[in-house]
Amino acid sequence: MSLSPSDLAPLLLTLRVAGVATLFSLLIGTGLGFLTARSRFPGRDVLDGILALPLVMPPTVLGYYLIVLWGRNGWFGGWLHEHFGISLMFTWEGAVLAATAVSFPLVYKSARAAFEGVDGNLEKAARTLGDREIAVFIRVSLPLASRGIFAGAMLAFARAMGDFGTTLMVAGNIPGRTQTAALAVFDAVQAGKDGLANALVLVMSAVCVAVLVTTGRLTERRRT
Amino acid sequence: MRISVDIEKGLQSGDRAFRLRVAFSSGGESTVIFGPSGSGKTLTIQAIAGLVRPDAGRIVLGEGTLFDSVAGIDLPVRKRGVGFLFQDYALFPHLTVAQNIAYPLTRFWEWRIPDRVRLEVEEIMDAFEILGLAACLPRELSGGQRQRVALARALVRRPTVLLLDEPFSALDTPLRARMREELLALRRRFRVQLVMITHDPADVEVFGETLVYIEEGAVRNVVRRRADVKNRSKDPAEKARSAALLQFSSPCGVR
Repeated sequence: MSLSPSDLAPLLLTLRVAGVATLFSLLIGTGLGFLTARSRFPGRDVLDGILALPLVMPPTVLGYYLIVLWGRNGWFGGWLHEHFGISLMFTWEGAVLAATAVSFPLVYKSARAAFEGVDGNLEKAARTLGDREIAVFIRVSLPLASRGIFAGAMLAFARAMGDFGTTLMVAGNIPGRTQTAALAVFDAVQAGKDGLANALVLVMSAVCVAVLVTTGRLTERRRT
Repeated sequence: MRISVDIEKGLQSGDRAFRLRVAFSSGGESTVIFGPSGSGKTLTIQAIAGLVRPDAGRIVLGEGTLFDSVAGIDLPVRKRGVGFLFQDYALFPHLTVAQNIAYPLTRFWEWRIPDRVRLEVEEIMDAFEILGLAACLPRELSGGQRQRVALARALVRRPTVLLLDEPFSALDTPLRARMREELLALRRRFRVQLVMITHDPADVEVFGETLVYIEEGAVRNVVRRRADVKNRSKDPAEKARSAALLQFSSPCGVR
């Protein structure tokens, strides 16, 4: 049960895709989490529901939405293609898009809860001590919510790593280019390569367990 | 400095509606806004600080207008030149005592206390006798120590007015007397005008040079007194006892 360089490629690609997707999820999830936690506007509850949709929608359905929005003829995709000549479909960047879409709600949910847990008086205190809103956010809200946000990011990383359906829809399953570990496991089993499947599954499981243990520790320490 | 408040604010929470409509003016060294809980004291003081925006009215401090709904003036909190002491002190739990006090002097991109403010921070910590606590986190402090840190933090930028929200309610009774004395000394030392809200008659006794009595969102009475707070006699035994309460048992870091 050993892995050749070409067998390792899906694992490395998975780490790269999940890593970049987690960064995007952090930005999007933290921003939206702060917005919904700290401001009131009409349609906030509807927005909250929409942002949670990727958690419950079938991954292929989500993938289809992404194709509609980001495909060459889609709203954003058309704009990208027209102005920059870029298409995300069937590229590793497309896999990042898919992984971001499935994972950012996890950051969003925990970021929102974390920001709601920050004592509003501390933010008021920062204002009385001379801070602008941006400074209040950077110096008080964000550091106090960081543990929750980080825990969400760990879960998002695990989710991004494990995505199958959405990635398949958006980026396809091109060995060496867009074939992530989850897809490679499927291929290996289909082709009867049990050794490869075992190895991939083992590595993926180990990473996931490590992530979940870390997340558990983070949230536990917050409670005491 | 004369402070004039004439504001209106309506609040709706669930099916309970509250209407605040207060007008008073005070030129004294210290003003106490006194009233039962739920009377609108906190709302009033937060409106002066700029933390709450009134629906209508004017707030004037000395020569400066802080808020005027007709003229469309609403100075942001940071430009009002007022300090605020929160009821629970609102110390930043993720920062040490020194970092808390340096907070108003530090720009938001500076992660460490810059050298230019270090001396100033040490001076004020010395004045409050909390130099030994510099490296402590707020959760490691006693109630009296927390209040001193919060006061130092509120005063380090030398505001002209210090607003205090129920400053002694979180303290034990013996400690209250001691902290009242300290606050009086502070007022002289920092030449800062005090505006305090409280529901404790003892605070009125000590600080109520001008007393504004609020009930159900409206000013019922304004009383001006010849303040004789400066030369109050102190029982030495009481003083020693309360001083002992403030001695910190274990400097943190040695936990």
